[in-house]
Formats: sequence, structure tokens, C-alpha cells
Amino acid sequence: MSENLTGPGGNGPEHKAGPVEGPPGAEGSPGDTGPDAATAAQANVATSLLNAVLEGNSAVVTFLAIVTAIIIGGLLIAFSSPTVLHAWSHLFSAPGAAFSTAWAVAASAFSAMLEGAIFNPHTISAAFHGGSIAAIFNPLSETAVNATPLILSGLAVALAFRAGLFNIGATGQFIGGAMIAGWIGFAVHMPMILHVVVAVIGGFIGGSITGGFVGFMKARTGAHEVIVTIMLNYVMEFLILFLLGLAVFRAPGLPNPVSPPVDNNAMLPHLAGATLRINAGFLVALAAALAVGWLLNRTTVGFELRTVGANPNAARAAGMSPERTWITVMLICGGLAGLAGASVILGTDFALTPQIYGTYGIDAITVALLGRAKPGGVVLAALLYGSLNAGGVTMQAQTQIPVDITTVIQALIVLFVAAPPLVREIYHLRGRRNREGGQLLAKGWSS
Amino acid sequence: MKRLLWLSVLVLGAGALVAPLAAGSSGAATSRPSPVHSATAKGPHAAKFLACMVTDTGGIDDRSFNASSWQGVQEAESATIGGKYLQSTSESNYVPNIDAFIAEKCGIIVTVGFLMGDDTESAAKAHPSQKFAIVDYTYSPSIKNIDALVFDTVQDGFLGGYLAAGMSKTHKVATFGGLKLPTVTIYMDGFWDGVQYYNRKHGTDVKVLGWSEATQNGSFTGDFTNQTKGEQLTATFISEGADIIFPVAGNVGLGAAAAVKAADNSGAKVNMEWVDTDGCVSAPQYCKYFITSVTKGIQSAVKSAIVTTAAGKFKGGNYIGTLANGGAVLAPYHDFASKVPAALQKEIAAIKAGIESGKILTPTRSPV
Repeated sequence: MSENLTGPGGNGPEHKAGPVEGPPGAEGSPGDTGPDAATAAQANVATSLLNAVLEGNSAVVTFLAIVTAIIIGGLLIAFSSPTVLHAWSHLFSAPGAAFSTAWAVAASAFSAMLEGAIFNPHTISAAFHGGSIAAIFNPLSETAVNATPLILSGLAVALAFRAGLFNIGATGQFIGGAMIAGWIGFAVHMPMILHVVVAVIGGFIGGSITGGFVGFMKARTGAHEVIVTIMLNYVMEFLILFLLGLAVFRAPGLPNPVSPPVDNNAMLPHLAGATLRINAGFLVALAAALAVGWLLNRTTVGFELRTVGANPNAARAAGMSPERTWITVMLICGGLAGLAGASVILGTDFALTPQIYGTYGIDAITVALLGRAKPGGVVLAALLYGSLNAGGVTMQAQTQIPVDITTVIQALIVLFVAAPPLVREIYHLRGRRNREGGQLLAKGWSS
Repeated sequence: MKRLLWLSVLVLGAGALVAPLAAGSSGAATSRPSPVHSATAKGPHAAKFLACMVTDTGGIDDRSFNASSWQGVQEAESATIGGKYLQSTSESNYVPNIDAFIAEKCGIIVTVGFLMGDDTESAAKAHPSQKFAIVDYTYSPSIKNIDALVFDTVQDGFLGGYLAAGMSKTHKVATFGGLKLPTVTIYMDGFWDGVQYYNRKHGTDVKVLGWSEATQNGSFTGDFTNQTKGEQLTATFISEGADIIFPVAGNVGLGAAAAVKAADNSGAKVNMEWVDTDGCVSAPQYCKYFITSVTKGIQSAVKSAIVTTAAGKFKGGNYIGTLANGGAVLAPYHDFASKVPAALQKEIAAIKAGIESGKILTPTRSPV
């Protein structure tokens, strides 16, 4: 019985030895059905989710989801404002004022968001009057800065998705990367260029170790990657807290759990002058997206990865090793999330803190979903989220509307993207009702 | 028809986005046509001294130092002083948030928490005329345009520990923290010291569960939000015989209070001490279990930093809140005023005077 408890991973070699025997599990000993049924069920869930994400949403639905989310966000902004509520209490005596106030509040919020994320017309006139020209590009720079870690961690989730794995562990992998990259940044001293390159590679390796462990656990013991990644997130969150309590990681002379700042040589170089925060991390992110696209579509590894994602049993029957693919994929995904950590510690934050991981790892899941698990889609989704984050800061500063509204809009976008029938219903689009991706997606999450 | 409907919604939505931008760029650059400002501002904005606060990622309603700081800002608000805040959703937001306030020409920018220490320092050095205040962080050497506000809560923690030891019937008291941060363990060090001091004076052997100053090890729930963990940990302490609990964990303390209430309902005599704020004010539903509260004067320190700056008397440098200056005090006994023996109250008052005069030392391994 004990050998049967090793799970799908343990059964691997057995089936590989005789792929001609037919579908795995069908002819195995009675004890084999348990783990194999589990693999099959998991494969079904993964496949349906993959189909939902890849095919369930047309571009139109995605676009409408974004528009709907923004409209609802606008309504929330308007009707959480005391001024608007006051105006609406006089709806019948002054209906015009009620609507115009609501309109003005929501419009000012969104224009502030645009000014913070894309372009602020005031910076142009300011530039003509002796202001800085760089300020004109600050919104775009902020959008890119906010998007950088989201692109990288989004790719980490998306690539795993394509291999049929749910990588919930971008947070832990992010921490793994940030820890190593940060440590190389402040504890090791190297010449220019070399230092930052080594630190970035260190970030990849740090994330890779964390992610690879998950792949190894799944391949060898059959442990479900969702459980392992979630639990590993906690382990990493407390590991960084523990390390920051040690003298090696703590800034000398200060009681707080904060590391010393990384060396200047280890900082990702700014791309457009010192005043703009956009840095080489953005280029790393774009390069990573290209590399992932190439890996997926142009290499044997990518082909195996997609095949395993579509149906691990079929892949095994075709002579591929899902176990090896899982480990490879998680090594790469972990590395990508580790790069996200490196981009934050070497690009914007510069010191390790107990909360360095922020919400990047969780946002990565939504970015990957919105980007339909495709590299190009992830970049676009991350840019959208980055612009919402950057715009949120300006919106809050200019209008005092709570920045949480951007989180609500981001969540709504994903909600609508994940539920195409809802969007089709709202806009009365004639959809493929027989192949509703959203229902599959819902089933995928709940089972 | 229905398509027309949603098309019109789309057009309206797009219009909402574009119209104000167009208005903004065509309008003169002298007056920014911002409908919200004119709609919500209570008075002319320019005339007011602006106190601007940047929260850390905990947010404005963390029932901890962000909330206390914001209360300080609100208390400082008056006809001539206005207050506003920016919430940081990630640590990468600190710099843009501080920059936004510098651009707004705030009278004083209050940053909250040690995580913003470096960013506040570089902003202060880049803008020497901009005045700052930072909560829970100090600089050495001190910086001229930053009011660094820290609190020596080991002092009132010491009093809290002494009081707990004096009130304990089982000769066991317990404390626990949210996360092992210096701002948390300083309270626990003080509490531990206070109990040891009581033991030396009275020849008793009151034990402290959950923390040891010597080893710097103890019980922590892992965050400042999960009340269930606080409840479980407190229930464990109670079952081990502790009858006074001192949680140093923000919201998690509410879980501890729930456990104390449950124990009380089942007949055990268990009480607790609250932390940071006066518990009878911030969690009045549990007031009857609070012997006292070991407070931290963030609110009053922030308020006074703002008010003095608005009056043109900005101090700069490091401020340390103590028993003597009201920055770290033991709250009133409230319901326990009649239950704490008069002799013990006298001893507490005497020790308070001793600490203030420096006769009684309160060592801590989590210095402010």
C-alpha cells in the first residue's frame, strides 16, 4: 500500500515504461485508481480553467469588462462622497445639482487618475515657465515603475498556468528573490554594472529555489502545488522577518527590522534621468515577457509545457515526463517572481523590510488572468494595473478619494473577465452560450 | 435599441474621462478647475496651514499608530489648520506620496512608521525648507527639519507590569505581542521589568508568561489583525494559570479581551491591561476587564508637532515621549479605581515619580 501513497509522481516511471498500455489508471491495480483519478480530475480542472482563460473571453469582453469596472468605480467614487450624498438628499428640489455634482466628483477623480498615470497637461505649461521637462513624463514613468513587478510576477503565474499549475506562491518566490538580490546588493561590494547584474541573477536564483521546491514536491510526492505554494508564502514571510532580526541583515545601529540600503552600484540604472523612477527593471520585465513568449511557442520545452498543461496523461503517453516539466516550469516561474522581487529591491525600495512583498504576488494572479496567461496579455494587463496604481496615488493626492477605489476597480475587472456571461448579459451580446468559459472557470475554482 | 443604450453609456463614460482633461488644458493654468476642491473644502484652502500625513501600508484605520497619528492631525485641525492624508498601498508608494505633499506645499508632512525613515530623510535633505514629522523613528544625528517622535513606553510598561504583579491572585501574569518588532517588545520588556521589580520589593515570585527580557523570546501571534489567534493564545495563558493578560498587538488584543470575557463568564477571575490607547475609550465594551492601559502618546505628540509648527515654533530634532512629558503614561484605572488597593496605587505613584526623576531605571533591550 505504501508505494501507492506516493501519488501520481510515484506512478510516473511505471507508466512511462509502458505508454502503449493505454490511458494510465485504466489498467492499473485497484490501488492505483486513487492517485490517478486525482491526476485526471486535476487535469480536467486545469484544462477547463485554461480553456476558460484562453478562449472564454474575446477581446471585446475584456474591453467591456474594463469599461464596466470603471463605470462602477465611478459610481462608487461619486456616491461615497459626502458632497454628492448631500446634493442627492435634495434630489427633488434640485435634480440638476444632484447629477452634476456626482458627475463632477467622478470626473475629477478619473482625470486625476489619468494625470497620474499617463499625461498631465499642467506639466506642459509648467515646462514652458521654467519647470522641468522630465515632469511631463513622470506619469508614464510611474506607470512603468508600478507595472514592472506586476509584469514579472504576472508571468510567473501565467507560465505556470500554461503548464496546468496554479502558482499561488508568487509572494514567496518574490521574497526569495528580493532576499538574495537585496543581500548581494548591500553585503557584497562589486564594481559598477557587474554588481547589478549579479544581484539581478541572484534574484532569479532566489525565486527559482523557492519555486523549484514546489515543483520538486509536486513531482516527487504529488503534493498539490496550491497547498505547497500558499504554505510556502507564510514560510517566506516569516523567514524574511526572522532574517531581518539577525545582525547580518539588519542596518547597523538601528533597532528596526530594516536592512541597510543596497549599494549604488547594485541599483538598477535609471532610464530617463535621476528624477524619473523608471529604471532598467522595466526593460528586464519586457525582455522576460519576450523570453517567455519564445519559450512557450518556439522551443521543445514550451511544447512539452503546453502539452502537459493540456493533458498530463496524454503527455505522459506521448513519452513526455510531466514531473520533469513541473519542476522545470516552477524553477522558471519562481525565477520570474524572484526577478520581480529584485526589480523592487534594486529599482525602487532599496532596503529589505518585513513587508517588502506588498501585494505583488496576489495581484500577479489577477494580472495573469486578465492577460489570459499569454506573455503579451500579461504585459498589457500589468500596464493597465500599473497605470491604475500610479493614477490612484495622484487621484488620492488631488481629490482625497481613498486610494482603495483603484483596488476595487482592479478586482471588478477580473470579476467581469472571469464571468463573460455576465458581461454579455449586461451588454446583450450574443455569445457562445454553449461554451461559457465563465462557468467552467467557476467550476475550476470551486472543485 | 439595447445596443444603443450601452453605446450611449460608453460614450458618456468616455466623455467623463476626456471632458475634464480638455477643460483643464484649455483653462488658464493660473486656477486649477478642480470641482472637488471647491466643492468639499470648508474654506479657502490657500490661507490654511496644511498638515499632511502619509500612512504606511497599514492604512488610516489600523487602530494602531496610523489611526492614532491621524487622530492627532484631526485634533490639530482648526480654523487655521487643515489636515489631509495619503494612504500608501505598497512601500513603493512612500516616495510619490511624500513628493505629492511637497508639491502641495504642506506646512508639515507627517510620515508614520520606521519603514518611512529613509524616504523621509532623503526628502528632508532634498527640501531643507520643508518641515517633517515622523512617528516611531529617530535619527542620529538628528535632522533639523524633521520632528522625530518616539516613545519610551518601557516606562509605563514598567508601571503596568508592577500593577499586574500586585493585582495577580495566581502569581502568574502573561503578555504577548503581534510581531517581534522593537516598538512591540519595548512594552514587553517594561512589563517584565515591572513584575521583577515587584518581586524584589515584596519577596514574591510572580511569573511572566509569554516573554522574557533576558532571552528576548516569547509569544507572538504573527500579525496585528487576526483576533482569533489572540483569543487562542489568551485562552492558553488562562489555562496555564495566568489571571492578568497584557496583549501588545493592536486589534489582536480584542481577541484577548474576548477570551478574558469567556473565562469571566465561566467563573474564572481574569483581567487584562490594554495597550497604546486608553482601552476604556477605544474598546469600551471590554472596559470592565481593563485594570488600566499602557498608553503611547502618539496622538498628542503629533498634535503638538502640528500646532507648534503652525505657530511658527517648529522644533526639529528628536522628541522622546516619557512618563514625565506625558508621551508614555499609564491610563486611569476607570472601573478598577476602587478595586486596586490604595496601598498599591500609592506604590505605583511612588514608582512613577522614581522613574520620572531617574531614580528607578527602566532598562530595555529594545531602545527607542
